[in-house]
Amino acid sequence: MKYFYLIFSSLKRKKIRTGLTILSIVVAFILFGYLTAIRQAFDAGVEVAGADRLVVRHKVSIIQLLPQAYETRMERIEGVDNAVHATWFGGIYQEPKNFFAQMSIEPEELFDMYPEYIISDEHKAAWLETRSGVIAGRGLVDRFGWKLGDRIPINATIWTKKDGGRTWEFDLVGIYDGAEKGTDTSQFFFRYDFFDETRAGGTGQVGWYTVRVTDPDKAAEVAAAIDAEFANSAAETKAEPEGAFVQGFANQIGNIGFIIMSIMSAVFFTILLVAGNTMAYTVRERTNELAVLKAIGFTDTGVLGLVLGESFALTFVGGSIGLGLAWLLVSMGDPTGGSFPVFYLPTRHLFNGFLLIAVMAVVAGLIPALQAQKLQIADALRR
Amino acid sequence: MFNWFTQIFAVTQFSMRSLSQRKGSSAVAMLGIAGVVAVMVGVLSIAQGIQATMQNSAADENAIVLRSGSDSEMMSGLSGDDTRLIAEAPGIARDASGALASPELFVIINLPMQTTGTDANVPMRGVQAPAMNVRDSFNLVEGRMFEWGLNEVIVGIGARQQFAGLEVGSSIEVGQEKWPVVGVFEAEGGLAESEIWVDAAVLQPAYRRGNSYQAVYVKLNSSDEFDDFKDALTSDPRLNVKPMREAEYYDSQSTVVYNMITGLGTIIAVIMGLGAVFGALNTMYTAVSGRNREIATLRALGFRAGPIVISVVSESLLLAFAGGLIGAGLAWLAFDGFHAATLNWASFSAITFSFDVNVKLLSQGIIFAMAIGLIGGLFPAIRAARQPVAQALRGL
Repeated sequence: MKYFYLIFSSLKRKKIRTGLTILSIVVAFILFGYLTAIRQAFDAGVEVAGADRLVVRHKVSIIQLLPQAYETRMERIEGVDNAVHATWFGGIYQEPKNFFAQMSIEPEELFDMYPEYIISDEHKAAWLETRSGVIAGRGLVDRFGWKLGDRIPINATIWTKKDGGRTWEFDLVGIYDGAEKGTDTSQFFFRYDFFDETRAGGTGQVGWYTVRVTDPDKAAEVAAAIDAEFANSAAETKAEPEGAFVQGFANQIGNIGFIIMSIMSAVFFTILLVAGNTMAYTVRERTNELAVLKAIGFTDTGVLGLVLGESFALTFVGGSIGLGLAWLLVSMGDPTGGSFPVFYLPTRHLFNGFLLIAVMAVVAGLIPALQAQKLQIADALRR
Repeated sequence: MFNWFTQIFAVTQFSMRSLSQRKGSSAVAMLGIAGVVAVMVGVLSIAQGIQATMQNSAADENAIVLRSGSDSEMMSGLSGDDTRLIAEAPGIARDASGALASPELFVIINLPMQTTGTDANVPMRGVQAPAMNVRDSFNLVEGRMFEWGLNEVIVGIGARQQFAGLEVGSSIEVGQEKWPVVGVFEAEGGLAESEIWVDAAVLQPAYRRGNSYQAVYVKLNSSDEFDDFKDALTSDPRLNVKPMREAEYYDSQSTVVYNMITGLGTIIAVIMGLGAVFGALNTMYTAVSGRNREIATLRALGFRAGPIVISVVSESLLLAFAGGLIGAGLAWLAFDGFHAATLNWASFSAITFSFDVNVKLLSQGIIFAMAIGLIGGLFPAIRAARQPVAQALRGL
């Protein structure tokens, strides 16, 4: 208890300095939280990717279509449990900056393939009954303030309608939620049968397939078998695990992880300097007092603990406030106004943040604490 | 008044001389600011690089024609007949071979990235002979031009650096065929350097495009004739197209990426800057409190508050300026010209670019540093000037 009191009173000694040091630590941890959330937004797809799912696309490029007939051929391959096709729509809702993913898919199969999309039976039934029906994710519905029953016009950029029109109208019949925080709820799914009969060109052609394998350990072999099945055909395929597909996509945007790690290193290096400098000052200024403490019977280890305790108190207070603020900031929504499919601070990374606090406390306080430990009473009192 | 200036000079000189006694904390403040500036300049140079690539792509007298309703080449589609009608529009420049109108096909092909080995959507452009005449910037730097009618390709210098297997002599797989790479070209840093070029007549069947194209690039007699050109096309009942100036088109292509990076970069810089302000305040408060007695002595000798405030602030500004220079210099050394690739959302294809640390960014960084220094020095300075002389002299 006496240690707490001593730590507290030494921090109180120079209130401005203590306050400023804490504030700079706060800033460092706000950035830690915020940048972690940004990185999470890019990585989320990889983390939630199903280990038992493959993505199969045209070998030459993703913009080329595959025949719808591949579905049954794939389902005959050993190790394939189910295959579902999807086609990118790429339309514009009101204006281009309102970008979100729109896909045509077979309604019977969507929720079987993606158990992480949770939907009520009524919504599902309504979708099966409404040909122009669409199911949207919770995040997307909240973003645009849609309600069930809304008619949503989407301007096609790729798919003109048979009548030459470009505006497709969909009826919002259901909303899906994510099973986990990292589940993408920014998507917009409409029915393939409606899509195929309405579009002017490309009938019977689909964008890509998602395939569920019976045994995730054999995923690579199944992928090879799928590619072999369509080798030397007009539309060759490339099958890869969903995680690898999403990762490859994230890699195209850039090495986000590296950029963010570099920024964070710069931030923490700076803050470490500030905090370490403050601790060094406090020890230097109090050489006399520390010597007195030793003279009245505090052990060397006790004094070491005292200085480290101060360092810990500073970083813990600053770090906790920073992480708290970061959490608040992140829950206020993403900085791009909805372009990120998910934006949240995972508990795991919050835990890492606290670990970082402990590490920083030790690194910033260690040298001054060792100096304090080594103080010779007689020398120090004379200074 | 003259006295006031000599006072400033004397006190400032005094505090500069004692700077060496406060090496540790001064260096911390300086490095802190340097870190902030380096990160800010580094992140923003990505956005600048992308923008520079887009701007280098555009020529004043050039225009692009897409199908109406499409925002990028990728989404556009024009029939062979459309492209012939467009080439007859007024205002288009001509040379010996005819109108400088280039119908082009734009697709993507999967190629592995050098850095990660994972696939990227590399843009591939099918061109006809006028393509090289429409673009003044086109310049072959290695190998030779492809033969018309053969399935040979030439690659942009950016694409060759960022994607694997694009050296002259290697070949790319397109379906069942292998297309040899025979040359490398430059386009003054423009977007075309991210692309692979091939004869449109070869690309059309490979991607089953029949006799269709996606865009027509034209060179006009002069930039002033764009309005006439546009009116002629939009009023032609046989066509349903959207003519745009190149500058306008490329600008629209990069807006999303540019705004996103600039937005995020600014948020990060502001938060970090706040941290650096606290660091600078800390340093200057410490510096001032270490010199309490000194400052009180000066006050007792008749120095006024103004010069003392100015001397403290200028010390802080000096540190900030040095920090800003170091940070901007580091960013320039580390990032300027750094090659990278990203995904252009508008066309769903890769673009290669170089980080661009330009004078505008460097000066922004140093101004930001000075702002941090000003705030960091001002409050401690006021405190120093306000403290009661007698108390400070007694060392309280």
